[in-house]
Amino acid sequence: MAQTFLRPAQNGVMLKRRNGMPLNRFSQGLFVLLGLLVVYVLGRAFWQNPGVFVQQVLNGLQLGFIYALIALGYTMIYGIVKLINFAHGDVFMVGAFTSFYAVATLNLHRWPAALFPGIPEGLMMLVGTVTVVLLSMAISGTLAVVMERFAYRPLRNKPRIAALITAIGVSFFVEYFGALPFVFTNNYITYPRPFAVQVYSAGMIAPWVLVVLWVIFLLIVATFGWLTALARQGSRSRYHVQAQTWKRHPLLQFGLLFFGFITVVVTLTGVRIETGGKVWDLTASNVTLVVMGGSIVLQVLLSYVVSRTRLGKAMRAAAYDKAVARLMGINVDGVITATFALGGGLAGAAGVLYATVFPQVHHLMGIIPGLKAFVAAVIGGIGSIPGAFVGSLIMGQTEMLTAGFISTPMRDAVAFSLLIVVLLVWPQGIFGEPPAEKV
Amino acid sequence: MRSRIYVMLALVVSMLVLSACGGGSGAIKIAILAPMSGDVATFGQSTRDGILLAIEEWNEKGGIDGKKIEYVVEDSQCAAEAAVSAANKVIDQDGVKFIIGEVCSSASIPVSEIATAKQIFQISPTSTNTAVTVGESGTKPTIFRACFIDPFQGKVAAKFALDNLGAKTAAVFLDQGNDYVRGLAEVFIAEFEAGGGQVVVKETYTGDDSDFSAIVTKAKDANPDVLYLPDYYSTVNLIAAQAKERGLTAAMLGGDGWDSADLDRAALDGGYFTNHFSDQDTRPIVQEFVSKYAAKFGAPPDALAALAYDAANILFQGMDKANSVDPVEVAKTVASGTFDVVSGRITYDADHNPVKAAVILQVKDGAINYVDTVAP
Repeated sequence: MAQTFLRPAQNGVMLKRRNGMPLNRFSQGLFVLLGLLVVYVLGRAFWQNPGVFVQQVLNGLQLGFIYALIALGYTMIYGIVKLINFAHGDVFMVGAFTSFYAVATLNLHRWPAALFPGIPEGLMMLVGTVTVVLLSMAISGTLAVVMERFAYRPLRNKPRIAALITAIGVSFFVEYFGALPFVFTNNYITYPRPFAVQVYSAGMIAPWVLVVLWVIFLLIVATFGWLTALARQGSRSRYHVQAQTWKRHPLLQFGLLFFGFITVVVTLTGVRIETGGKVWDLTASNVTLVVMGGSIVLQVLLSYVVSRTRLGKAMRAAAYDKAVARLMGINVDGVITATFALGGGLAGAAGVLYATVFPQVHHLMGIIPGLKAFVAAVIGGIGSIPGAFVGSLIMGQTEMLTAGFISTPMRDAVAFSLLIVVLLVWPQGIFGEPPAEKV
Repeated sequence: MRSRIYVMLALVVSMLVLSACGGGSGAIKIAILAPMSGDVATFGQSTRDGILLAIEEWNEKGGIDGKKIEYVVEDSQCAAEAAVSAANKVIDQDGVKFIIGEVCSSASIPVSEIATAKQIFQISPTSTNTAVTVGESGTKPTIFRACFIDPFQGKVAAKFALDNLGAKTAAVFLDQGNDYVRGLAEVFIAEFEAGGGQVVVKETYTGDDSDFSAIVTKAKDANPDVLYLPDYYSTVNLIAAQAKERGLTAAMLGGDGWDSADLDRAALDGGYFTNHFSDQDTRPIVQEFVSKYAAKFGAPPDALAALAYDAANILFQGMDKANSVDPVEVAKTVASGTFDVVSGRITYDADHNPVKAAVILQVKDGAINYVDTVAP
């Protein structure tokens, strides 16, 4: 994951790094004090009740993975068009509603059973759920493209603030168009999950599953380590160029992320923590696993598209300099359309996953997750794909640990203050590029 | 063109209504103020239907002291401004002295101020805010309600948890910014602890949260016997789903905010909630009302219809007992009387809030079943 930036690596083109204003001693001390306090509170919570602490971290992980899918759309669109698409959260909402209708009205999640009556239940749920997700992605992607075509493209060469304000308008339009009685209505509708919920806790996962997961995961880690070692040898090794390439291969990233997270989470659910006569069984549901797995699959697919395909190359070129990309024969309008389609599709998938975790759909459901994912994208460095991922995980943990150990009503306040802190001390975000000055 | 036809139609209809009103000199005229449009229009329709059924029954019996009951319906939209203009219209233009309505507290409160100033009798079927019947200068003499007020449900729920479920420990989740939820939760906590129980977890959240996994995890750690969720169904659905997913086994308990067709019955399976009325209540008065209502309107009555029916009956019985159509006289009779109506035996306390029992309903296997009636 770590190698895929929307922008190509800069080779001496960026001359200056414009950092944020250095902080004065007083504020620095304040931040350090605050940090120590947080560490103390969390450390004490862990010491007192490790079971609850680990469970809250798992909860935060699940939230973070959903934010990641939304944040990716924000970051991609920003990276290429330099537009913060405030209607992104509403594309997400439409994705959730599409899957709601697909499941509740069309019964699409059971189509394999309708066509092939003898199909095993597990396979049917898998195929059905994937179909529902794909449909939602298609519809949301289309919606995002339509938005771009009619609302943003006419303003492409106008000042950026015009497009930004239009984005807010589009957002309101979609939200309140959805509220109309013949569209989505303004009711809170219970969402029927496309698969049945199962809760795993200690003793429910067979040991051989864990062994297999760990073997696969360790094999992948070993391969990665071996490739890194090969690549390090530089020109002394004949294969260092191939090793370099393979190390960055999306399949390897996928293996590391997917098996890393799933293995750890599944292992944790088998753990029973006993402290002071109190037993705490860690639990995770299949919803958590689906959210993590689905989110990782989509992110790796995206990173594959961006780093390995012609379209991805064109996207990176357009992100770097639209005018020059056009001179090089790249259809920039097409690239932008594709970006919106991809971003919208990811938002649609995130909508399905979100509705699966929090089984309710509503026409304003996109606002808060949209805002939080935006903050996550900014924390990670807007424009950067790994940044969106890391920022979202940080955001998820911040929220969950605040809610769990500091104060529940403060969760949003703390999460959004994180944005202010990051902007103060690290204005480009974690993976962000400094503003370029071209020569 | 279309709108012009509507305007004409509206004119014709209103003229017909006006001429009809002018006809009966010996009739008693009442006004129904309810939201007939907007997002709570279904509340208004149920309310109106309940009242219409009561009027029809009384008129069949020959009216009150031989006087037939006539009515006007005004759309007050569950909003303060619309309710004020509707109230002014029915009082000044139609000469109404008895108002049944509004549904929402936010609309009932301004109406009650007008009614108090003009000495008009008002009974709200479902407005639960204390300010409807009590103003700055004490209880409003001519204003009543047919429903119990919010905190009462917390009391009943605590009693039910302690006595019927045998609970020793409870967890309470509440939305600090919502008066309804906070009112129920605070009374529940006070009553539960007064009854010997222990509230082991009290967590607050905000209205637009959808992730409750953090507080659910905390509640699971404390392992309470009951989990009190006095919020509306939309939030409760989310909390319950996440609680089930994390293996929280406490019995869930709630208030009338759960009373919705959109309640997630799978996630809340086994949960109990307090309500005003159940159509499964076996008392003959309830069964008679349910069958008559279903025959007339083709659907079983909800709590709103039942309370509206009760409000109308309290008013008519009050008139009958007072032998008067003077609002102040009727109000005095209602304040001191006892009424046997669908939602129980009602007497009024000093603040004109009804003293009556609440029903406990259980969500079980996709159905909502009547469990018990609990008196405070």
